[in-house]
Amino acid sequence: MIQTRGLRKSFRSRAGRETKTVEAVRGVDLSVAEGEIFGFLGPNGAGKTTTLRMLATLIEPDGGEATIAGADLRKAPGEVRRRIGYVAQGGSTWDESTAREELVLQARLYGIGKAEAHQRASRALEAFQLAEFADRKCKTYSGGQRRRVEIALGIIHEPKIVFLDEPTTGLDPQSRAHMWDEIRRLRTDGMTVFITTHYLDEADALCDRIAIMDHGEVVAEGTPADLKREISGDVVQVGLDITTTPQAAQALDGEAYVRKLETVDDGGLRLYVEEGATAIPQILRRLDQAGLALHSIELHRPSLDDVFLTKTGRSLRES
Amino acid sequence: MKLARDTWLIFQRQFQLLTRNPVWVFVGVFQPVMYLLLFAPLLKPALNAPTQAEAYKIFVPGLLVLLAIFGGLFQGFGLIAELRAGVIERSRVTPVSRLALLLGRSLRDVVSLIVQAVIITLLALLFDLRVVLGDLLLAYLMLALIALMTSAVSYGVALKVKSEDALAPLMNTVAQPVLLLSGILLPLSFAPGWLQGIADWNPFSWAVDGTRALFAGDLGNDKVWQGLTIIAVLAALGVYWAARQFARSVR
Repeated sequence: MIQTRGLRKSFRSRAGRETKTVEAVRGVDLSVAEGEIFGFLGPNGAGKTTTLRMLATLIEPDGGEATIAGADLRKAPGEVRRRIGYVAQGGSTWDESTAREELVLQARLYGIGKAEAHQRASRALEAFQLAEFADRKCKTYSGGQRRRVEIALGIIHEPKIVFLDEPTTGLDPQSRAHMWDEIRRLRTDGMTVFITTHYLDEADALCDRIAIMDHGEVVAEGTPADLKREISGDVVQVGLDITTTPQAAQALDGEAYVRKLETVDDGGLRLYVEEGATAIPQILRRLDQAGLALHSIELHRPSLDDVFLTKTGRSLRES
Repeated sequence: MKLARDTWLIFQRQFQLLTRNPVWVFVGVFQPVMYLLLFAPLLKPALNAPTQAEAYKIFVPGLLVLLAIFGGLFQGFGLIAELRAGVIERSRVTPVSRLALLLGRSLRDVVSLIVQAVIITLLALLFDLRVVLGDLLLAYLMLALIALMTSAVSYGVALKVKSEDALAPLMNTVAQPVLLLSGILLPLSFAPGWLQGIADWNPFSWAVDGTRALFAGDLGNDKVWQGLTIIAVLAALGVYWAARQFARSVR
């Protein structure tokens, strides 16, 4: 559905008198299959939105190429526009218009006739449970309702692919769960869904496959399960005082069962081990020998954050 | 065909939103009406005009051109609000014609200007202004072209600067000298030679002269076709440039 090779974009930004070039996206290779929910995960400023805007024909890439739903992004952007839907992060509805007016207009901008546009608007209002306030102005809607209108706007022309930029940012937990269901429904309807998010749980729960982006580059790509399996084994988190942490790190570094060791900023260690059950007694014994007291010890399966951490050296939560 | 259809769609939408809040048309017309009621009566003695009607023939065309210039130049503010709401981006991901995104909006501005111009003309009739209908329609064409140009330029600049804080001083800086150098309030025939020399380079001064000739019933005057041509060419350039801004990346 989507193939990209070496997609690049840099911006010139001016701070005072100095102009500097920021490489927002530096060579992205992606491949998204038909009918999947593909997640683009990364911290704010990683280049997710820029990549998405390039794929949606809103900004022109500096280099690289992409094929989207069979159309060439650079040679036939008009054709790409007909085949995709795009829902921006910051909203796209006008306060003084009603949901129905917005939907009809959007359908008509895609070249759909008047009668058909009205039918589609009614169907979308029904499907997104917006029917009862369809003729009220958008400024009266709640955040979740408004977001649903925006998604409906993005798919009114029945595109093959829909791009959703941070669809759940700013929503309360209930609206968020609701939105996840809506997104899954799009896939059931046969659409390929491309979302960006900086929520780990969202990428994990919702996406069939993800790409992790950092500093304008894709650092990992695969199913959430595969990516977690890549850092095979378990993670043991040891809670320590900030003062004793360096000594503990020294004591455990180089032990055969520790594959990787990381210091947690506010004291404590994260140890990547082959098998948690056998490693924990050995860790406890080693720390005891060194005369170091610990507050806690936890064992958990690697999360996407651990994937991010091993690929970039920092936690997604911190960045 | 597609351009006409898309333009009509955008125009309809914009016009519908305008009629939902028509107060803006009247706010826009308030200032010129004040000039008409409170400033124009000074003109007969000041211009040494034989009658009040003669004075209005000179003043009303200038006032209408002023309305067209200012009405157009400040339309960009609405566009910045639309940019912020994401409405422009939402249009830009569809295959809609970029030129239509501009034309639909600018034509709405032209229509609202003509409504205002009619209000002013009707009021002026009460003050004994008389003008031939054909000439008046041609004068409205001039006004429409001016509004088309200034609103297009305003939209183009709005897409470039993207903030009200930058747009307001910019438009004021442009509008002031343009206004003073076009002989809108008083004819430039009163001006010293150097001032007339500068004003000859101001397209709006040609537009004002042409419109005045029309109000005077002097259809054959060269100023009429010259003014119309100059403004038509500039309107085409303005529309072309602004449509390119719609096609380019905007946030």
